[in-house]
Amino acid sequence: MAVTTVDSVAPPVLAERLGRGYWAGVLRRLSRDPVAMTAAAIILLIVLAAIFAPYIAPADPYKSSMIRRLRPIGTPGFLLGSDELGRDMLSRLIYGGRLSLVMGVLPVICAFVVGSFLGVTAGYAGGWLNTIIMRTVDVFYAFPSVLLAIALSGTLGAGITNAIVALTIVFVPQVTRVAESVTTQIRNRDYVEAARVSGARAATIVRVHVLGNVLGPIFVYSTSLISVSMILASGLSFLGLGSKPPEPEWGLMLNTLRTAIYSQPLVAALPGVMIFITSISFNLLSDGLRSAMEVKA
Amino acid sequence: MSDPILDPTFDPAARDRGGPAQPLLSVTGLVKHFGGKRSWRGGEAKGAVRAVDGVDFAIAKGETLGVVGESGCGKSTTARLVMQIIKPDAGEIVFDGEAVGSRALDLEAYRREVQMVFQDSYASLNPRLTVEDTIAFGPRVHGVPRREATGRAHDLLAKVGLEPGRFAGRYPHELSGGQRQRINIARALALQPRLVILDEAVSALDKSVEAQVLNLLLDLKAELGLTYMFISHDLNVVRFMADRVMVMYLGKVAEVGPSDVILQQPSHPYTGALLASMPSTDPDNRTLEAPLFGDPPNPIDPPSGCRFHTRCRHTSAICANVPPPLAAVRPSHEVACLMAQPGSGHPLAAPLRENAA
Amino acid sequence: MLAFTLNRLIYVTPVAIGVTVVCFLLVHITPGDPLTAILPADATLELQEQMKAAYGFDKPLPVQYALWFWKVLHGDLGNSIATGRPVATEVLRAVKNTLILATVATMIGFTFGTLFGFVAGYFRDSWLDKLASFISVLGVSVPHYWLGMVLVIVFAAQLGWLPPTGAGPDGSGDWRPDAAHLRYIILPAVTMSVIPMGVIARTVRALVGDILSQDFVEALRAKGMSEFGVFRHVVTNAAPTALAVMGLQLGYLLGGSILIETVFSWPGSGFLLNAAIFQRDLPLLQGTILILAMFFVMLNLAVDVLQTALDPRIKRG
Repeated sequence: MAVTTVDSVAPPVLAERLGRGYWAGVLRRLSRDPVAMTAAAIILLIVLAAIFAPYIAPADPYKSSMIRRLRPIGTPGFLLGSDELGRDMLSRLIYGGRLSLVMGVLPVICAFVVGSFLGVTAGYAGGWLNTIIMRTVDVFYAFPSVLLAIALSGTLGAGITNAIVALTIVFVPQVTRVAESVTTQIRNRDYVEAARVSGARAATIVRVHVLGNVLGPIFVYSTSLISVSMILASGLSFLGLGSKPPEPEWGLMLNTLRTAIYSQPLVAALPGVMIFITSISFNLLSDGLRSAMEVKA
Repeated sequence: MSDPILDPTFDPAARDRGGPAQPLLSVTGLVKHFGGKRSWRGGEAKGAVRAVDGVDFAIAKGETLGVVGESGCGKSTTARLVMQIIKPDAGEIVFDGEAVGSRALDLEAYRREVQMVFQDSYASLNPRLTVEDTIAFGPRVHGVPRREATGRAHDLLAKVGLEPGRFAGRYPHELSGGQRQRINIARALALQPRLVILDEAVSALDKSVEAQVLNLLLDLKAELGLTYMFISHDLNVVRFMADRVMVMYLGKVAEVGPSDVILQQPSHPYTGALLASMPSTDPDNRTLEAPLFGDPPNPIDPPSGCRFHTRCRHTSAICANVPPPLAAVRPSHEVACLMAQPGSGHPLAAPLRENAA
Repeated sequence: MLAFTLNRLIYVTPVAIGVTVVCFLLVHITPGDPLTAILPADATLELQEQMKAAYGFDKPLPVQYALWFWKVLHGDLGNSIATGRPVATEVLRAVKNTLILATVATMIGFTFGTLFGFVAGYFRDSWLDKLASFISVLGVSVPHYWLGMVLVIVFAAQLGWLPPTGAGPDGSGDWRPDAAHLRYIILPAVTMSVIPMGVIARTVRALVGDILSQDFVEALRAKGMSEFGVFRHVVTNAAPTALAVMGLQLGYLLGGSILIETVFSWPGSGFLLNAAIFQRDLPLLQGTILILAMFFVMLNLAVDVLQTALDPRIKRG
């Protein structure tokens, strides 16, 4: 062979990374971001506490006591005080993470799946299918998200399932828009054309060449929605449209404790602190993930 | 007959049907207009870009046809039309005697015969796939088992001068531009095509790497009995690669003929201008005035008659009225210029001889 | 410019019609019959049929929509079940209060948001940038209904400086621009301003960073322009986008005011919506959502057109 492999000598820096995928690089960069790592640790802690609540919580979160109502923070036996029905706040906050997290995260997961499907379909197929999907999305986009969430769960009726459905409907159009625009960009790349030239069917091209390149950006966008979703989900419960008493849930607890803002203001504000911490942690982690992915490999 | 895709030892030359005299690819009346508003009554679209506007050519078996022209002349669109990435508005593509899309040669079968190497070596590789997965994708699509497809990918890596053990597991961002273009060539060859379209395949490479890749292409052609359609704006590269050259201007063929004739004694004034605009290495031979003036006209509203008449030195009144047909000036050399056609009415054209056939 | 406005209008029309369809269908996804809210529990089958016919619920859905749409076009959104008054009057009165609150909140948010954004963008990667960026993350992450509660606890319950709820000293009633009413708007407006503040700060920071990294700024400094002159160029370049974001935020606040209005018992559209949901007053619910969504659509349109008018680079036909 006349051609020698002159330019096949890889620089040492590249050789060191040999065999490393894209996501390995993203995770490595993410792990070097102290803010994102702290946020991830906090989220992990809250999730673990929610999962193992029965083993961690010092008391039964449903057990009320008329004589021990609204104890201040630091009362013996009530580390974080007690609520308006004399239930242990610490236990209720630990248990409350279960519903609050499910109601906040599940809609985003559902919207990620549905929105990716719709957006990738619209983006790859183009034509009339794109028009139908995207014009429908435009209509839902024309509602401010809080209004749409409340309107839907208000008409569907109070309840956890309805709240999750309502929030999913709110986020699907947003995910679909992002998915469609990313897919449209990828669709016109030369490597997708090369795959078409090789005679592959649309489904195969989408699976091998499109999904791998669009799911990342869609995923990062979706993680940025979790914070909004947490606030909205607890907000629905706060309005009485989400979970129902006596279930421990941060938004609902905030609502029922509103009567205590004069007598036990610190206790009354506690559930909101939990929502705040969770929401800000998801935001910071999402920001970190985005900048870890933005670095051009 | 065994399926050529499933049989790695299958010789592409053995797939020949019409013998060496039959062109491998023959294109007639190819038209593609982009965009524009079509009247509701149907008919011609208004304001469309006439990217390719009636192109005929043929590629003989085993040759390299060079396609040259300024950017926007329609050479890349022609490549994509031949490749069937975009659908032509009109025209016929015949591959080795069979019309593409006919019962005898459906699109899937055609795509095993013709493959393409793109200009941008980075954009044409999926950043999430390893080198071996990229090369093995085509064969896998056509039903080759994974293990075999990977094996073939390794063979091809060796063929394009990249050691399989070191490169098979790499991602595109871990390769240099020249290495990536070698991968693109390997991918195109994975389906054992007979015709490879090279669309500005070396234009983005450094000069030293370009020479290596060009040599590789020549070696592969000889070894595998390939036919090339080689598109480039660089006349030096075309001179090195092509047996015949086709010059395009504003969606039409200006001149086509043997490479040494076209690049030494062009008959079309546009080809002459292109050649004159090449920088010379000889200081005594420097061009002091620009051989081509102005920008190419708008392809939405191309000039009437000869499309080159607005920039041509020898333009005459008739050029704005009569579109010159592509006609032979000598065997296998065709020119679309009224000057080259005796009796055309152009003042510089030779008079029509009485006894001409 | 006129052509662009018309073009946008043509694009917005099907979206607006789609919005009416969604609002119409909202009532029909309600579990059970939409009549159950109106009818007494022991209504006879005959009475139920009569009411169905009276409200047109016996007709096919598209016909019902067409009839409803025709009435909406004439400004008739039906009557509230709870009060019997026309929905349009009730909603418009409430929307006025919300508009006042949202406008004040947007102005506060815009002032502080641009301030933080400029500081962060101008001193990129300094501790000032980190601080301003952190504040803007806080702004977009805080559950604003909780923030409202905290402010009430501090400034109303503990310090007693400001009233905790309502729009004025006379209990319910509308907000008016006078000294007595001014104290009532402070807490809800500040609470509400936190969201646009965070969003605007992020936008302005990115904008300023982008503009400062462009070559023309280098050229301005090279030709000896003062830092104040450079600053003016940055402002004129960042203004169209920042104003557009502000306009959109105003729209989000109008639609998203329900939680804050509930916390502060502010007599606006969100408060009305809350009441409509819990009294299952479907005509009122439908009307409120329709008017707020239409407001949002029109605001988007106005922002789009204004941004194009302000920004010479955007030329869309």
